[in-house]
Amino acid sequence: MQIHWLEVTIAAIAIAVVLTRVLSKGAGWLSWRFWRGAMIASSITMTTILFVLSFFTVQEARPGSGRIPPWTVINHEIGLKWDAERQWQVPVVGEETGFFGQVYSPEEAEALVNKGKITFQARNCMECHTLLGNGAYYAPDLTRAWLDPWWETRIKPMVGAESREEAMMKWLMNPPQYPQGTRRMPNLNLTEEEARALVAFLKWMAAIDTNGFPPHYSLTYEQR
Amino acid sequence: MSATTQVRPKLYESQKLALWYFAVAIALFGLQLTFGLIAAYQQLNPNFLFELAPFMTNRTLHVNTLVVWLLVGLVGGVYWFLPQETGREVVGIKAAKIIWWVIVAGVLVLAGIYLFVQYGPGEMSTLWLYMEGREYLEAPRWVDLALVLWVAIFLFNVIATTLASRRVTGLLLVLIFDLVALGALYSAGMHYNINVTMDQFLWWWVVHLWVEATWEVLVGVLMAWSLMYLLGTPRKVVETWLFLEVALVFGTGILGLGHHYFWIGTPEYWLGLGGFFSALEPLPLVAMVVHALYDAGGHRLLAVNKPAVFWLVAQAFGNFIGAGVWGFMQTLPQINMYSHGTQLAAAHGHLAFFGAYLSTVLMLTYVVVQQARPVLSVPLDSRWWKWAAGLMIFGIVGITGAFTISGFTQTLIERAEGGSTWAAFIRAYTHPWYANTLGWRYFFGWIMIIGYLILVYDLLTIGKHAVATVKATAVATAGGGDD
Ligand code: HEM
Ligand code: HEM
Ligand SMILES: [Fe+2]
Repeated sequence: MQIHWLEVTIAAIAIAVVLTRVLSKGAGWLSWRFWRGAMIASSITMTTILFVLSFFTVQEARPGSGRIPPWTVINHEIGLKWDAERQWQVPVVGEETGFFGQVYSPEEAEALVNKGKITFQARNCMECHTLLGNGAYYAPDLTRAWLDPWWETRIKPMVGAESREEAMMKWLMNPPQYPQGTRRMPNLNLTEEEARALVAFLKWMAAIDTNGFPPHYSLTYEQR
Repeated sequence: MSATTQVRPKLYESQKLALWYFAVAIALFGLQLTFGLIAAYQQLNPNFLFELAPFMTNRTLHVNTLVVWLLVGLVGGVYWFLPQETGREVVGIKAAKIIWWVIVAGVLVLAGIYLFVQYGPGEMSTLWLYMEGREYLEAPRWVDLALVLWVAIFLFNVIATTLASRRVTGLLLVLIFDLVALGALYSAGMHYNINVTMDQFLWWWVVHLWVEATWEVLVGVLMAWSLMYLLGTPRKVVETWLFLEVALVFGTGILGLGHHYFWIGTPEYWLGLGGFFSALEPLPLVAMVVHALYDAGGHRLLAVNKPAVFWLVAQAFGNFIGAGVWGFMQTLPQINMYSHGTQLAAAHGHLAFFGAYLSTVLMLTYVVVQQARPVLSVPLDSRWWKWAAGLMIFGIVGITGAFTISGFTQTLIERAEGGSTWAAFIRAYTHPWYANTLGWRYFFGWIMIIGYLILVYDLLTIGKHAVATVKATAVATAGGGDD
C-alpha cells in the first residue's frame, strides 16, 4: 500500500482537532474541559495512527520484502549503486558466489544470521559500535561494514586471508593483534563458529535498503 | 528573610519508602558519573583498563545506572506525593517494600555481572542470564521480568490507593494511564528479533516513547504535585496545564518516533512523518517553561525551599534547551542523514537527560529532604547547594559543548567528506577538532564529580541547623529533658 506522509500528517491533525471539538463541546478554549478533551483526542488519534502505520511497516520490514534482503543474500555478491531518482545509494545483489566457499540453503542461512545476531547481542557490540547508526560512538558504524574497502586493501594482507569473509573472521577473532588507528577493539574470545556467523549477519545487514544511510558510502568526492 | 522552623507532620509509610528510593537514586548517580568519567578517560588513553574493563563495560554501566537512578527517583516522587494526593496510606505498601528490596538486590547483582562477567557465549541463554546487548536495555531477561513485576506492583499501589480514596482526580487519571503505557512499552522492548530492522523498530518504542512521551508526562504530574503541595497553586490551574502538556507531548512525540525510522530499513514515509512531528516536539517544552515560571508562580517557592525552586527553573530551561533545541538541531532528515549516529547525538543525550530528568529528581530530592528531618526548616537553604548546582551545570554544559564540537567534526569529516568508512572514522577522531574535545570532556567530568560530592554533603546536612536550634530551645524550656 502506498502511504504518503503529508496525507497522514494532515489526517492526523484534522482528526485530533475534530475529536477535541467533539469531546469538549461547548467549553471555551482556555478551560479545563477543553484541554482534557484535547489530551484524550490527541492521545487516541496518535496512538491509533502509530499502530496502523506499524502494521504496514512490519509488512515492508520482512526479509525478502524488497527493503530487507532475504537471508540467502549472504550467498551473493552485494554492492551499492546510485539511484538517480532518489539521489542516494541503494543496495544491489549480484551473482551467487557462495559464502566461505559454500552455498547456504534458506534455512541454513537464516540459522547462521540468527547465530550472528545473538552473538552480536551477547558480546555487547552495540556499546562501542553503531549499527544502522544506533549505538555507541567509540568505534565505526557497522551498517555497511561488509562493503568497507579496508578489508581488501589492508586487513586481508595483514591477517593472511584468501577472501573477504576469511579476513573479517580472522580479524574479529583477535583484534588487538592487528590494531587500526589509536583505539583498539578488545578480544571478545569469539569461537570460529561465532565469528563466521557474525560475518554473515554483517553481510546480510549491508544489503538492507536504508534510504541512503550512510550517505555516499565509501565514495570519494570525485567519485560522486 | 529569616529561617523559621515548624514541627513536620508525621510521614506516611510510603513516604518513608520514598526516602530509600531517593537515597539509592543519589548513590547510583555517583556510580553513573564514575563510569562516565572512566569511559571518557579511555578515549584519551585507550590502553587504560583495556584488558580488565574495556570501554563497552564502563559505558554500559554509565547508561544503565543513568536510566535506573532516574526512574527510581521518579517513582520515589510518586510514592512521596501519592498519600498526600489521596489523603491516605498507600494500599499494598508491604508488597511495595518487598519488591523494592528485591530490585535493589537485583541491581547490585546486575552491576556485578556487567563489571565482572561482561558478556557471554552467542547463545539465547546469555540473553536470559547476562547480557541482552541492546543499548540502554542491556539488562538480561531475568532483570526485565523483575522490572516488570516492580512496575506492576507500583501500578497496583497507585490504582488501589486511588480507588480506596474514592476521589479520582485528573492528575491521578493521567498518572495511571501514563504508567500503564510506560510498563507496556517496556515489555514491547524485551523480545529477541533476528531481523535487526524490527529489533530497532521496537527498541525505539521503549527508548523514544519513554523519554519523549511517558517520562515527560510523569514529570508533568510530579511537577504539578510539587506546585500544588508546596505553593498551593489551585488544582484547576495545574491540571489544565498538565492536560495541555499531555495533549502536545503525545500529539507530537508519538509520531515523532518517526525520527528514528529514517535509516533503519523502514519505509520512506517515515522521513516526512518523523521530521514533521518531531520538529514540533519542542512546543510542549516551551509551554512547560511558561507554566512553571509565570503561571503557577514557581517563584513563590523561593519562600519555601530555595534549592527546589532553583532545580524547578533549571528543569524548565534545561528540558527546553537540551531536548528541544539540541534535539531539533538534528531531527530533520536532511541533516540527520549526515549527523545520525555521531557524537552530536551524545551531546543532545547529555543535556536532555540532565535538563529534563536529573533536574526533576534533584528538585524532588530537595523537597523530600526538607520534610525528612524531624523539624522543618523554612525556607530550606544552605551555602552548599548553590555550589553543587553551579558546578554540575557548568560540568554538563562543558561536556555537551565538547560533544557538540566533536559531533560536528565527525559529521563533516567522517560522514560528509569521508564516506563513513572505517578509515574515515579514524580520520575524524584523530582530527584535532575532535581529539581536543576529549580532554575538555574529561576535565568537565571532574567538575561534575566535585559538584556531586558537594551535593551529597549538602543533602546530608541541609536543614540540620534548624533541628539543632529547636532542640536547644526545647532543652532550655524543658530544663534538660531530651527530645
Ligand atoms: C527529555 C527528552 C529527551 C531525551 C532524554 C532525549 C535523549 C536522547 C538520547 C539519549 C538519544 C541518543 C540515542 C542513542 O543512543 O542512539 C537521542 C537521540 C535523538 N533525539 Fe532525543 N531526547 C529527548 C527529546 C528529544 C526531542 C524533543 C527531540 C526533537 C526535537 C529529539 C531528537 C532526537 C534525535 C533526532 C535523535 C537521533 C540522533 C541520531 O540520529 O543519532 N530528542 N535523544
Ligand atoms: C562525569 C560526567 C560524565 C562523563 C565524563 C560522561 C561521559 C560519557 C561518555 C564518554 C559517553 C560515551 C559516548 C560515546 O559513545 O562515544 C557517554 C554516554 C552517555 N552519557 Fe555521559 N558522561 C557524564 C555524565 C552524564 C550525565 C550527568 C548524563 C545524564 C544526565 C549522561 C548521559 C549519557 C548518555 C544518555 C549517554 C549515551 C549517549 C548516546 O548514546 O547518544 N552522562 N557519557
Ligand atoms: Fe526520539
